[in-house]
Amino acid sequence: MEMAVFLLFAALALVSSLVVVLHRNPIYAVMSLVVTFVSIAVMFVLLGAPFLAAVQVLVYTGAILVLFLFVIMLLNVSGDSSRGFDLHKALAAVVAAGFALLLLTLFWGRYHGLDLSPLQESDVALKPLARALLDTYLLPFEIVGLLLLAAVTAATVLARRSQDTSS
Amino acid sequence: MPQDHYPVLLALGLALALGVVMLMLSALMSRRMGGRVSLDTYESGEPLLDRSHKRISVLFFLIAIDFVVFDVEAAFLYPWALVIREGGWPLFWAMMVFVGLILVGFAYIWKKGGLDLRPERQKRSLRG
Amino acid sequence: MDSIQPQEFLLLVPEIVLASAGMLLLLTGTLKTSNGYRLCAAISLAALALTAVLLLIQGIPGAPRVILSGMFIVDGYSFFWKLLFLVASAFTVLLSDRFLSDGGYRPAEFYSLILLATTGMLFMASGYSLLSIWISLELMALSSYILAGYFKHQTKSNEAALKYFILGALSSGILVYGISLLYGATGTIQLDELAAALPAALALETGSRLAAAGWLLLAMGLFFKVAAVPFHVWTPDVYEGAPTPVTVFLATASKAASFAILVRIFYQALPALAPDWQWITAAIAVVTMIWGNLAALTQTNVKRMLAYSSVAHAGYVLIGVLAATEDGLWAVLFYLFAYTFITIGTFGTVILLERKEYAGETYSDYAGLAQRSPFLAAMMLVFMLALTGIPPTGGFFGKIYLFAAAVESGWIWVAVVGVLTSAISLFYYIGIGVQMYLKESGDDTPSALHAPGLVGTIAVCAVITVLLGILPEPLVQFAKSSLVGLL
Repeated sequence: MEMAVFLLFAALALVSSLVVVLHRNPIYAVMSLVVTFVSIAVMFVLLGAPFLAAVQVLVYTGAILVLFLFVIMLLNVSGDSSRGFDLHKALAAVVAAGFALLLLTLFWGRYHGLDLSPLQESDVALKPLARALLDTYLLPFEIVGLLLLAAVTAATVLARRSQDTSS
Repeated sequence: MPQDHYPVLLALGLALALGVVMLMLSALMSRRMGGRVSLDTYESGEPLLDRSHKRISVLFFLIAIDFVVFDVEAAFLYPWALVIREGGWPLFWAMMVFVGLILVGFAYIWKKGGLDLRPERQKRSLRG
Repeated sequence: MDSIQPQEFLLLVPEIVLASAGMLLLLTGTLKTSNGYRLCAAISLAALALTAVLLLIQGIPGAPRVILSGMFIVDGYSFFWKLLFLVASAFTVLLSDRFLSDGGYRPAEFYSLILLATTGMLFMASGYSLLSIWISLELMALSSYILAGYFKHQTKSNEAALKYFILGALSSGILVYGISLLYGATGTIQLDELAAALPAALALETGSRLAAAGWLLLAMGLFFKVAAVPFHVWTPDVYEGAPTPVTVFLATASKAASFAILVRIFYQALPALAPDWQWITAAIAVVTMIWGNLAALTQTNVKRMLAYSSVAHAGYVLIGVLAATEDGLWAVLFYLFAYTFITIGTFGTVILLERKEYAGETYSDYAGLAQRSPFLAAMMLVFMLALTGIPPTGGFFGKIYLFAAAVESGWIWVAVVGVLTSAISLFYYIGIGVQMYLKESGDDTPSALHAPGLVGTIAVCAVITVLLGILPEPLVQFAKSSLVGLL
């Protein structure tokens, strides 16, 4: 059963991410990205990390993709943008293929006794994660708060009406 | 355990099935009337006032960004709520500092009028 | 992991104070009455000074203290950098005042972002886990993106912010990818534990592949942040397009902070890989010095020239990093300290000559400056000599120390490239001197010297530059004492 769920959502993730890259209408591409993200959330659940799955759905699909849609509408990107094959796309494809190859060679074959998954399921379960977040990683956590504050300031500074800018 | 989450999967499947069924039903049961009129947005013949794909105000974008920020904050609250009882006051203050930082941001947006979506003319006329 | 003791937060007081001041400034900006440029600048300066005082009271502990479950370290090394960041930020504030009021841009958010970025830098200097280092780096970077685009109505500034943001976000992604692979190989992100776990991981086939990919990506991200060739492409456009005080901030504090974490990560987390990163750094340093200097030769815009020169100087600093000796390290600290003051002075002069926002940045704007304003011309000449590395300036000793450290540790060919490219740099630095002293001025408008904060900053920087060229010993001692416990 687990294998079946994995295969189903892995295939779904691959297909939908291909649609993201290949679809000519950016709004459909974003909608397809929703499917990709939800599929990845399922992967997280299968790996025993339900919190990550929840964050994936809550933050990525819920908030960030809405932002994507807003930006697309804000810029009014028309559907028929450049369709041809140019140097930049080729370069992007090469880099992406390179990274894929890198990962494949990294994980190809046996692990030779090295514990490559230092995360035990008990580590990524919700309670130990919460304790680690608020104890071991307290400082980075609070700096994240500062970072979010800077982000709010940044957005407001950039998006505010120009009438308010000049004194 | 991943098995604990099969109900979620079931809900996901049901939602998907519901959507498919509704689309199929309407495809099966509706009578097809070809022609130019039925391709219009309002089949009753009401003319469109404006295009639906047009530029929107940057203020919506600002709201969306703020939503992302506060959403991230909310995501951190879930694990915190789970361990606050056993963690006690240190954990409480750890989150209060974090929330305090976000509240400063919130106060800033509010005072700056980032949450005020009225068009600029209307704001000016209200100010007098 | 031990639980965190409340008294550990006492060591964080400087950072907390600075962050609070940034927030206070942000909130004062929302009050209708407080559009006061002077007031905001004064608050920021006071906050930076208070932070520096608290830092001095805190002092350097005898032995490095790792606190907050291994996220934060207090040692001489972090102390040195923190003082430098605070000074650089304070000078940035002093340079910004006139710039903001001329353009009519609101001061509160600007200074607030500077303080938040500086807070990020302080945390970077004290970061002892790859996670805390990366998050603080993001805090600094995010604030810098906005500062680079603060002149919203200038296309150049928008372009600078956008390019900086896209390339900066990409490099952050590469950096964190590298961190995650290193974590996969060793199971830890705390620097000392990483260093301890690395040899065992390298002994295994998969582990060594993971670790190699991890540290290479990590190094790529770091080279991106210090603007080393070939990861420098953002530098000229961002330095040119950003408001000049922000350029100062990026070229001094931001660059120094990036070097601070680069050195700490290389020396404290990756000693097992030292031969590897020495070779890579040597290659990058040589390419950076050659390309930076050659590109600077061809520029007509002074800010763009200085951007390429800043790339070239990153190459010189990398020479000290790759030496992997104590001599190399204190030479890095000395050089970045001197370079910070030289750069602030140089850009301060550029700011004084700029009229509204971007005008007055070409070489020809410096023609006949010696007649129009002998003071400014003399200051600029001092800074140009210092950047070239001609005595008696701090730039001279900085380069001597770096090259000597490289020769001692057997990297003679790198030092030779450094000397040769310094000779190339003489052409474009002296080009400005020729414009100022030997060319006739097009317009006779005397330069404005009515900004006391600016003129004072330039004078102080010039004095320190010359002082370091005559009496380098105190700073050398300070830099040496900062390294206790790092190696």
